[in-house]
Amino acid sequence: MSSNRVAKSSLLALNQQEELEDLPKDYPLSTSEDEGDSDGERKHEKLLEAISLLDGKNRRKLAERSEASLKVSEFNVSSEGSGEKLVLSDLLEPVKTSSSLASVKKQLNRVKSKKTVELPLHREEIERIHREVAFNKTSQVLSKWDPVVQKNRQAEQLVFPLSKQQSVFAPIEHVISYWKARTPLEQEIFNLLHKNKQPVTDPLLTLVEKASLKAMSLEEAKMRRAELQRARALQSYYEARARREKKIKSKKYHKLLKKGKAKQALKEFEKLQKVDPAAALEELEKLEKARMMERMSLKHQNSGKWAKSKAIMAKYDLEARQAMQEQLARNKELTQKIQVASESEEEEGGAEEEGEPLVPDVVNEVQMKANGPNPWIFRNHSSDTKEAEVQEDPEEPAEPAAQEASESEEEGAVAEEEILLKEFEERRSLRQKSGLNQIAKPVGRQETKDPNSQEVLSELRALSQKLNRENHQSRKQEPSSARTVLVVQREEPAREEEEPAREEEEPMLLQRRERARTLDELEALGKEGCLQNKELPRAAAEGQQSERNPSNHLGAPKEKRKEQMIDLQNLLTTKSPSVKSSAVPTTVEELEDEEERDQKQMIKEAFAGDDVIRDFLREKREAVEASKPKDMDLTLPGWGEWGGVGLKPSTKKKHRFLIKAPEGPPRKDKNLPNVIINEKRNIHAAAHQVRMLPYPFTHHQQFERTIQTPIGSTWNTQRAFRKLTMPKVVTKPGHIIKPIKAEDVGYRSSSRSDLSVIQRNPKRLSRRRKKQLKKNSVD
Amino acid sequence: METVPKPGSNVPPKKDKLQAKKKKPRRYWEEETTPTAAGASPGAPRKRKRNRELRPQKNTHIPKKSRISKKPQVPKKPREQRSTGPQRTLSGAQDPFAGPAPVPVEVVQKFCRIDKSKKLPHSETKIRSRLEAAEAQEEEISVEAARSELLLAEEPGFLEGEDGEDTAKIRQADIVEAVDIASAAKHFNLNLRQFGPYRLNYSPTGRHLAFGGRRGHVAALDWVTKKLMCEINVMEAVRDIRFLHSEALLAVAQNRWLHVYDNQGIELHCVRRCDRVTRLEFLPFHFLLATASETGFLTYLDVSVGKIVAALNARAGRLDVMTQNPYNAVIHLGHSNGTVSLWSPAMKEPLAKILCHRGGVRAVAVDSTGTHMATSGLDHQLKIFDLRGTFQPLSARTLPQGAGHLAFSQRGLLAAGMGDVVNIWSGQGKASPPSLERPYLTHRLSGHVHGLQFCPFEDVLGVGHSGGITSMLVPGAAEPNFDGLESNPYRSRKQRQEWEVKALLEKVPAELICLDPRAMAEVDVISLEQEKKERVERLGYDPNAKAPFRPKAKQKGRSSTASLVKRKRKVMDEEHRDKVRQSLEQQPQKQEKAKPTAARPSALDRFVR
Repeated sequence: MSSNRVAKSSLLALNQQEELEDLPKDYPLSTSEDEGDSDGERKHEKLLEAISLLDGKNRRKLAERSEASLKVSEFNVSSEGSGEKLVLSDLLEPVKTSSSLASVKKQLNRVKSKKTVELPLHREEIERIHREVAFNKTSQVLSKWDPVVQKNRQAEQLVFPLSKQQSVFAPIEHVISYWKARTPLEQEIFNLLHKNKQPVTDPLLTLVEKASLKAMSLEEAKMRRAELQRARALQSYYEARARREKKIKSKKYHKLLKKGKAKQALKEFEKLQKVDPAAALEELEKLEKARMMERMSLKHQNSGKWAKSKAIMAKYDLEARQAMQEQLARNKELTQKIQVASESEEEEGGAEEEGEPLVPDVVNEVQMKANGPNPWIFRNHSSDTKEAEVQEDPEEPAEPAAQEASESEEEGAVAEEEILLKEFEERRSLRQKSGLNQIAKPVGRQETKDPNSQEVLSELRALSQKLNRENHQSRKQEPSSARTVLVVQREEPAREEEEPAREEEEPMLLQRRERARTLDELEALGKEGCLQNKELPRAAAEGQQSERNPSNHLGAPKEKRKEQMIDLQNLLTTKSPSVKSSAVPTTVEELEDEEERDQKQMIKEAFAGDDVIRDFLREKREAVEASKPKDMDLTLPGWGEWGGVGLKPSTKKKHRFLIKAPEGPPRKDKNLPNVIINEKRNIHAAAHQVRMLPYPFTHHQQFERTIQTPIGSTWNTQRAFRKLTMPKVVTKPGHIIKPIKAEDVGYRSSSRSDLSVIQRNPKRLSRRRKKQLKKNSVD
Repeated sequence: METVPKPGSNVPPKKDKLQAKKKKPRRYWEEETTPTAAGASPGAPRKRKRNRELRPQKNTHIPKKSRISKKPQVPKKPREQRSTGPQRTLSGAQDPFAGPAPVPVEVVQKFCRIDKSKKLPHSETKIRSRLEAAEAQEEEISVEAARSELLLAEEPGFLEGEDGEDTAKIRQADIVEAVDIASAAKHFNLNLRQFGPYRLNYSPTGRHLAFGGRRGHVAALDWVTKKLMCEINVMEAVRDIRFLHSEALLAVAQNRWLHVYDNQGIELHCVRRCDRVTRLEFLPFHFLLATASETGFLTYLDVSVGKIVAALNARAGRLDVMTQNPYNAVIHLGHSNGTVSLWSPAMKEPLAKILCHRGGVRAVAVDSTGTHMATSGLDHQLKIFDLRGTFQPLSARTLPQGAGHLAFSQRGLLAAGMGDVVNIWSGQGKASPPSLERPYLTHRLSGHVHGLQFCPFEDVLGVGHSGGITSMLVPGAAEPNFDGLESNPYRSRKQRQEWEVKALLEKVPAELICLDPRAMAEVDVISLEQEKKERVERLGYDPNAKAPFRPKAKQKGRSSTASLVKRKRKVMDEEHRDKVRQSLEQQPQKQEKAKPTAARPSALDRFVR
């Protein structure tokens, strides 16, 4: 019951409410709706609904039907259920355009254009984005400080508090140029000067003069402009052309281009050969290099991807075959020189069969030496030289000159090895050239057996013989160095008898020999005991000289300055010349018994000398032995075999368990017989040495180089000393060190720095910042 | 090492400074041939026509200078050039000598210490920039040092004979006659026949002279003014005498013990641990007094703290030949078996032993640059050795009676006392060894020579002999310019005290004495390696090792296993090639040795002897 009552009361309330609500709603629509009875009907329906709701079973809400179309016309197709909605704009359309509606329309459009508002992001995500942006911004702002930081880090000295850079010293005349006239007299004078536009500071030209100098005539200017225009046009034209050509993809075109270039290069090379042989040689070097590169690479060996694919096709495709062959041909062409060399080698073999070794070994040897330390190269070159020696091409235009030179030499002009060497070098280069020519026309190589070529060969032989002779001389001299210069000189006439033709060469040879005398020879000389007054100092000097001499002597390749053990005996027994002094000690003159004592002493010395040396040598041997690292013997007697008194472990076992100590570095006194140098480390001094490499250095030598200059005031001027020992950071006592400001580092005027702007113009910056913020927010 | 020239500070005008050199400066109106001495001693008759210039002539020197300055100049700093270049002055005049003054390259080279001949291993950019900075700094400071050479106003004196004339024939009397009065006063004889042969020593500044006779006479005087400081008789044989770091302290090796006296002659110390001392040497930078004794011990006494630093047994019998190498403070001892041994207090054994003579060594001397050592032995030979690593004799001479005493001057003149004669040889320049061909000067004394020393900063040779002391004039012997901060002959007492404090503060530890003092500027490679090894062991890996090559991943099938292996191999091969190349570069000699054997031997070789 109570529930009924409640329902009734609620019904009543609903009714009333509805009436109240309907009133304002219906009122504007009343014009479109037909009658007032429909109102009643509705009420009725609602009532029914409410009643049906009451029983609680049939709660399905019925769709409200609002369209009136069905009732209006039965012919119309019903749009019911099609889901078409009535859009507001449809309502507005049929109506005449009116100004009042336009604004409504606009609003409508705006509303339409706005899409649905998306869901806001997660808070974390938003924060992350904010952080990212803030980081970017601040790092960008801070990056402006990078150069400053860098500069400060690299600065030799920093003085805090930071002050502006001090003014540089200027000569007084520069300072005076800012001077102004003050006194009336000065002003008067300056007025006068200014009236005439007379230069005050620099009496060179007046303004007018300068201006007139600067000005150009109209025609000139026009001409110049035209010129510039033309140049610009040309430039752009060439640029465009180059760009166009660069884009061409046609292989044929590129092939043609390459060929053209090659031809051009060949032509130029030939021209160069005529004009400037040295440059041509360089070109040749380049060719050689290209050849080397080619030999190294597999570029044209038909081994690439492309070649392999072509090889498959080659059976059927003529073009592919051709392409492959072309590539191989190119390879051959590039590596052609080798073929030439091999040919020459064959020839050489042929020549040798004839029974005469044409080239003295010495020549090749020297060539090798000249080629430097690269073993890969010198082999190549030596073969080249051989080839050079053998292929004497008489048709060569430059050949006669060389021949003449050599002939004249044979006549006895100069027997200098340098010249010979040079000659050989020249010939070699010529040979290379001729080799190139031969590539072009190998037919002409048939007639090598000319009388002319024979001549050349014989000449070469003569040269080689000469060289050999010299060699022998030097060799002879080395072991038989006991003989002095005199002996050599005595020998000479005999040799001259043998070969009167070489008479003129002889002195030259002699001179050279003297120059290249070695140290050991000198010792031998000393042994002989017939030293002249100057011998020893000269000896030292000569030793130096011989060391300085480049070892490219042909005549003395054997006279290598090996570091030879100087014989101690010789060193001490050398009789040095006695001093001739104007004043001889009185004791020598006067005292007879003194003299006797002297003699005794002399005898004693003569016998004592040997002992001294032997003792010293023994001592040295002991020292060497003591400093050698000891081997470790790990054999255990009786282990694995019988042990006991009188039994020794087998040698095999000993051998097996002996750990050999690594051989230490060579002793410093290895080649100094009269010296024992202590190899022990000075531990006390080592404690003062650096034993850790500081950061950037990876090798101790690098670091050593940076500390080699002394910094003490003993070795430096006062100013240098102060500079060297300058502290890295200096702080002025009693001053507040403030953090660095933009002003301090000269950001004052530059607008690119935000920081500087902060300092100077806060208003502007705030505006800018606002803008930026806005931008950010929009993004 | 070259020290930088420094002018004397607070130096009074050196009016009485040098004998020969100290003459009136030459004027341009004076003729070239007139000796400057003419002004000082106008009355001196010039009997023989002899160009006996004791002071270098300006006109001979000036062309040399101009020649030097013509040589390529050290590039100036671009910054400096810019600042001075284009600016014009008010008057329109331009600086005719714009930029810093030019410096001759040779002089700059003298002050460069970085050894650029050594090849460095490849270095990264960071290291390279450091090296470049170091080199730039070196050049800058050496240019500055070269510029300050201008302050070395004094030039060394010399003695030149006319063509063919032997300077050795010029007697002391002739020299004294020719030079000015102040210089002539530096030649004097002290007749002290009573107390036997004398040993003498000049103080480091060259101002004071101390001498001790064998019969106990000890005296010290300011020899320039001839003012006696003290004179005593110690009533005991005096074997040697030596000034310590200053003229206020005097060490005397007496018959039994070593005694130290002050300049009043008051005995301060008696060092009983140094007994039977025969020779004394003082190492000024280390404050060490080295004593060689009859018992065969070399003892180092630190005079600043009074401690014995090291007592080394030379194991070579009686020691009575000793000298010091002023370059590296190594003590050279001469022995009776013909060897000279080099000693440092840090090592128990000699640093090196050089066999110099067949007989015993009588005297040893080392020049001020430490490059040459002169020795004389019982075999009557005088030899000059190169001390720079090789220890080989450069020249040798047999003397009529052998030299008993040797001394080098500051500029490399060698004096030898033979009996009652003193011979002096000179070389070409400061660093060149004296040529023993003909003596530069000779002088006969009234007694046998017992002590020899060149006076620092004065062209004077002091000779102690059995007849007393002789002070000889030797033009060109001493360094003309002294370092006012280091050894100032004109210093006052206050200045000396100040210098003493500074010198003590800069005292070099005794253990740093070694053959090559520049080795201290090298890294201790052995400890470095050791530490590196230890570190690797501790960490379990090598942090500095080069990371193994790891091929980059590539696309389009180029990152297949095979190609990766290929790429790795390529890198490996390249490294290997580098190694081979390096090893080849290191041993070019081996190759050369191998070559001659490869050459075809001649059949005639068997007859070659």
